[in-house]
Amino acid sequence: MHLLYMIFIDPFVQMGSAPDLLAQTLWEGLVGGMLYALIALGFVLIFKASGVFNFAQGIMVVFAALTFVGLNDVGLNAFLALGLTIVVMFGLAFAIERSVLRPLVNQPDIILFMATFGITYFLIGFGEFVFGGDPKVMETENLFLPKGSVTYHTLGGIVQLQKLDVAAVIVASVMVAGLAVFFSKTRIGRALRAVADSHSAALSVGISLEQIWVIVWFAAGLVALVTGIFWGARSDVSFALEIIALKALPVLILGGFTSIPGAIVGGLIIGVGEKLGEFYWGPLVGGGTDAWFAYVIALVFLLFRPQGLFGERIIERV
Amino acid sequence: MRAPGGSEVAVGDVLLSVESVSLSFGGVNAVSDVSFDIRKGEIRAIIGPNGAGKTSMLNVINGFYQPQQGRITFKGETRTKMRPYEAARGGIARTFQNVALFRGMTALDNIMAGRSLKMTKGFVWQLLRYGPAMAEEVAHRRRVEEIIDFLKIQEIRRTPVGRLPYGLQKRVELGRALAMEPELLLLDEPMAGMNMEEKEDMSRFVLDVNDHYGTTIALIEHDMGVVMDLSDRVVVLDHGIKIADGTPDEVKNNQAVIEAYLGVAH
Repeated sequence: MHLLYMIFIDPFVQMGSAPDLLAQTLWEGLVGGMLYALIALGFVLIFKASGVFNFAQGIMVVFAALTFVGLNDVGLNAFLALGLTIVVMFGLAFAIERSVLRPLVNQPDIILFMATFGITYFLIGFGEFVFGGDPKVMETENLFLPKGSVTYHTLGGIVQLQKLDVAAVIVASVMVAGLAVFFSKTRIGRALRAVADSHSAALSVGISLEQIWVIVWFAAGLVALVTGIFWGARSDVSFALEIIALKALPVLILGGFTSIPGAIVGGLIIGVGEKLGEFYWGPLVGGGTDAWFAYVIALVFLLFRPQGLFGERIIERV
Repeated sequence: MRAPGGSEVAVGDVLLSVESVSLSFGGVNAVSDVSFDIRKGEIRAIIGPNGAGKTSMLNVINGFYQPQQGRITFKGETRTKMRPYEAARGGIARTFQNVALFRGMTALDNIMAGRSLKMTKGFVWQLLRYGPAMAEEVAHRRRVEEIIDFLKIQEIRRTPVGRLPYGLQKRVELGRALAMEPELLLLDEPMAGMNMEEKEDMSRFVLDVNDHYGTTIALIEHDMGVVMDLSDRVVVLDHGIKIADGTPDEVKNNQAVIEAYLGVAH
């Protein structure tokens, strides 16, 4: 009886009695969720265009962040370093298309999936070779990103927002909106959706698969760079970041593998759910819920909507 | 805009010729030593029983398959290998046997996708969706609306094509091919699975396209009535071998064709 009370009643009593803490938790969940959403977005872009689940998205985040920090450390101006990193990410997209995707065209999806494991381990080795294995500090103030926090006295207590988090939410929102318009309204966007729907039909109207692949891997690389900068600024930049890719899985299960809005909403749900779970229900099991709670949320969702929130409805023809 | 490479071909001259093309998949011969030509401005039918190699032939022409042997000359340019992208740039458009549309997109976006090659404004402009890219988008939209009017599909413009009935999907697919303003249009069974009325509509459109835009058309079709009515010349394949080539009347009375279709007692 006491246990049921602790699970179903007590957390909500706490939420009601300390709304400032609830607001703080929600905000932190939203910020974390935005970053999950960005990682998931990288997956969705590539999955839509080539049907490949890109295991390397996580390491691409690390690699982009490392390149940026590395160039910055050599003494380059932060914006020059940013520009160069973007060039490097384009080069990476180009190289992956040439050396991995093109030779494997028309192979089963599982082969391409395994190839992305190859890319992952290559990037880990190459990254360590060039930048070393030590964790690095992301210097965001060189990019004019704000530091410190603002405090609001509200809801009968205080709510504290990190300025960097606010910046992350704004930058991420702008980028997502930009990508959404780009992919829905322009020729290249149409071509991308065309490729996602039917390879052979896309080829027949003269859309070059190679070009589209480079563009989506590049877009995924840009998303990875932004993710890497903000995530790196919250902790530091190390190869351990790579496992955040696994956090994108529940987001994708929730949002559907092919939906950009799904990635965003899914990311926010997972982020908020995870924080709420950690703060209100975590003490019941002695904490440490952040390692697994996201998967539980995804699992519960799967029971009710196997195609995800926004995924295309699966209609089996018998 | 002229297609890159190749020269203009006058009406009645050979637009595309296929010379002793052979194609096999791991020892199975899909097409063996087939030669024929397509003249500018004509409607050319490719017919034959199931498994005759008709679709394979079409796939060779638009670069989906690379033949092991033989040559293809298009607009005076001879080549052995070509990629689909190059075929499309050269002015070859096609439709598919089992309708290959972009199912998640509207009819309008599907047809706009057919203009991909004609739209050239750069990545950055498109990212900004401003200036030249916007002007270009508007100009091409106008052409696409003409095609939509031509095919009488105004009402379904905004409908995602996955929801359309089959006959209309086929029409949208034709629209997408027309949006490429092709010199050679390949139609793979444009009337398959249609009822009588839809077939008549589609036949009308095929004739109109040929007439109105002067587009050369090569089509695969099973319905003999349709083939005889529409086409100027017919090539007949059976088991990957060409067994007849000529006007509909000549082909109809050819003994080998009759045997291929009706079977022959051994």
